[in-house]
Amino acid sequence: MDFEKIVCVTVALGLGMAPAVSGRAADPPADMKPYAETIPGTSVTFEMVPVAGGTFRMGSPASEAGRSEDEGPQHEVALGPFWIGKLEVTWREYDKFWLDMSVVQASYTSEIKAAGVDALTRPTPPYADESFGFGKGKQPVISVGHHAAMEYARWLSRKTGKVYRLPTEAEWEYACRAGATNAYSFGDDPATLGDYAWSAGNSDGQPRPVGGKKPNAWGLFDMHGNAAEWVLDLHQKDAYKARAGKPALGPVVLPTEHTYPHVVRGGSWDHDAPTLRCAARMASRGEWNRRDPQRPQSIWWLTDATFVGFRLVRPLEEQKDLVGLRSRVTKDSP
Amino acid sequence: MSHADDAPTVPSRRDFLKTSTAAAVATGFVRVPGAWAAGSDAIRVGLIGCGGRGTGAAENVLSAAPGVKLVAMGDAFKDRLEASRAELLKNPKLASLIDVTPERSFVGLDAFQKVIASDVDYIILATPPGFRPEHLQAAVAAGKNIFAEKPLAVDGPGIRSVLETYEQAKAKNLAVMGGTQRRHSNGYIETMKRVHDGAIGDLQAARCYWNQGALWNKPRQAEWSDLEWQMRNWLYFTWLSGDHIVEQHIHNLDVVNWAMNAHPAKALGLGGRQVRTGPEWGHIFDHFTVDYEYPSGAHLLSMCRQMPGTEGRVGEDLQGTLGACATSQDAKRYIITGKNEWRLSPDQVGVDPYVQEHTDLIASIRAGKPLNELKTVAESTLTAIMGRMSAYTGQSVTWEQALNSQQALVPPSGQLAWGPMPVPPVAEPGKTELV
Repeated sequence: MDFEKIVCVTVALGLGMAPAVSGRAADPPADMKPYAETIPGTSVTFEMVPVAGGTFRMGSPASEAGRSEDEGPQHEVALGPFWIGKLEVTWREYDKFWLDMSVVQASYTSEIKAAGVDALTRPTPPYADESFGFGKGKQPVISVGHHAAMEYARWLSRKTGKVYRLPTEAEWEYACRAGATNAYSFGDDPATLGDYAWSAGNSDGQPRPVGGKKPNAWGLFDMHGNAAEWVLDLHQKDAYKARAGKPALGPVVLPTEHTYPHVVRGGSWDHDAPTLRCAARMASRGEWNRRDPQRPQSIWWLTDATFVGFRLVRPLEEQKDLVGLRSRVTKDSP
Repeated sequence: MSHADDAPTVPSRRDFLKTSTAAAVATGFVRVPGAWAAGSDAIRVGLIGCGGRGTGAAENVLSAAPGVKLVAMGDAFKDRLEASRAELLKNPKLASLIDVTPERSFVGLDAFQKVIASDVDYIILATPPGFRPEHLQAAVAAGKNIFAEKPLAVDGPGIRSVLETYEQAKAKNLAVMGGTQRRHSNGYIETMKRVHDGAIGDLQAARCYWNQGALWNKPRQAEWSDLEWQMRNWLYFTWLSGDHIVEQHIHNLDVVNWAMNAHPAKALGLGGRQVRTGPEWGHIFDHFTVDYEYPSGAHLLSMCRQMPGTEGRVGEDLQGTLGACATSQDAKRYIITGKNEWRLSPDQVGVDPYVQEHTDLIASIRAGKPLNELKTVAESTLTAIMGRMSAYTGQSVTWEQALNSQQALVPPSGQLAWGPMPVPPVAEPGKTELV
């Protein structure tokens, strides 16, 4: 079954359902089970949760408290099924990638060409403790750039033989909502946020080990808060306007060779409640690396974004425009 | 770098970006109205050392104040100079401030002399630190204001030279900045103000850390001479970098000296080369632990390590009779606990300290009250050198022994030539002599 067929089926399913039902929109296909995968050659595991394809309303209504203009207009989105990380990617996992000496260290176009354009690349080291003072282990990986997150996914895909990648912005919001149409996956009242999320209100100024709060209805932890999460998309303020009127099938604004602005979702341990909403969109900026004293600045690490990490998805069937997608960012990027 | 970005800004609690207005206020210097509006005191910058940090410093100075131009560049290597110029020109905001003609681009081991001799009045010294004392001496002799990256030397003779240069710079009313940017970071300034005002009482002990993974390494190319290979991998040769305790950990040692208003009297250090043992890593150590003793009797435990996969920590902790203080530049964490609890509000963290140090230096030049940090940063550099000497030899080392050391690690530039350069043996505590 290819992507379009899956979407057709799921759109039909989704449209046939009563709207705004909290919980699962539909069951995932029978052959999609939750699973734990061990990164080959290591003892480090991570867990993936299946998500049925379906439709949802992306964005926030104009009436939602704390929203920004770029969250509208709300529009129908249809997605195929995928697995998504139950947890944010931790340092335990990321260390296996960035300290993998079998992978070349490369940042420039020329270095990548010399290594072979298809070569996996790993981060050049920062002139700093890479945890930026916040500890490692089961903490979410933080301070990593969009390019680094994409290269991690490519490395993991090569290691496992499965397609892992960043979620599209639409997949992320669909998974965050887990069927809910409210500001948060648990409702509209931020008073309950502390049960589900680490935010500036309760984190005591630091990221926390993943999975420490309640999950959403689909069993996903820390979608709100802890590390804010990279998605694939380049940020466009008016991206939703073009989608109004008809269901958008697997919408995505593909990343380019530019180092920013990319979309970050979910808010973080260092953000206040409105930024943690399901529909809230943050856009990365050059300032996120402003204290990197080297030029060119690192494309791997962000000195001033100790709040940003990521989680991965694995599509059941990859949508066509994402097949073979990889980061085009290098230190030569414009 | 990116195309136009009209994205909404959602500041995290510690991501408030201060404007240049705030920068001017933070420096405490009052601008003379119109002083440079007419271009009368334009600052012409010459960059010596066009690596990643030198290029960064050039961008920082161009962003630090109006009326600044980059007009000359020098590096030992042509490819480094060209890459640096191309990188700077990539930034559309800066391109109009860069006027480095081929006639003012200098390559070779004597490039520093040519930059100093060109029509510049503000020199950035960002070569490997082993060269710093000679470059500082030459720039002050020529009457230039200077931004010198830390550390300022790698050995006792180098420090003595820098202290002489300090006196000459003072006599000539020149401004010289030392590259320990924490001294220009609002977080540290606010914290130290409180520490000096007695918020944690009398300082009894301190700890400081720069534990991280490995840094970059440039694989040796067949056409490189020994000297070229060492200079391109300068971190790993003590004559060029001072070892990582001097090159990197100086930042944290400097903070503790600042807090103590003193430099240590003595050091007893351990260290070795445990993980980074291959020839590509030169002959430096990969870890040090040093017990420093200050004249007050207070001790400082200092740790630095460059080993991939190990637990990282960069910061400083102070213990006083009334409380404690913890600082971390990376985490933007500035906390006092105990009797006078205080925490820097994240929105007070302020501007980029790498820009701020140039803002402060330029403001001091324009106000006719030149800052001169040479002595302070020379003392912090010697603090680190003293620790290294102790760890290399296995003996305790006093301040006087370090300062008066006869071990000159750096050949004068006139004696350097592209060609053979043997790698010194790895230091062996108990065998390596204290010279």
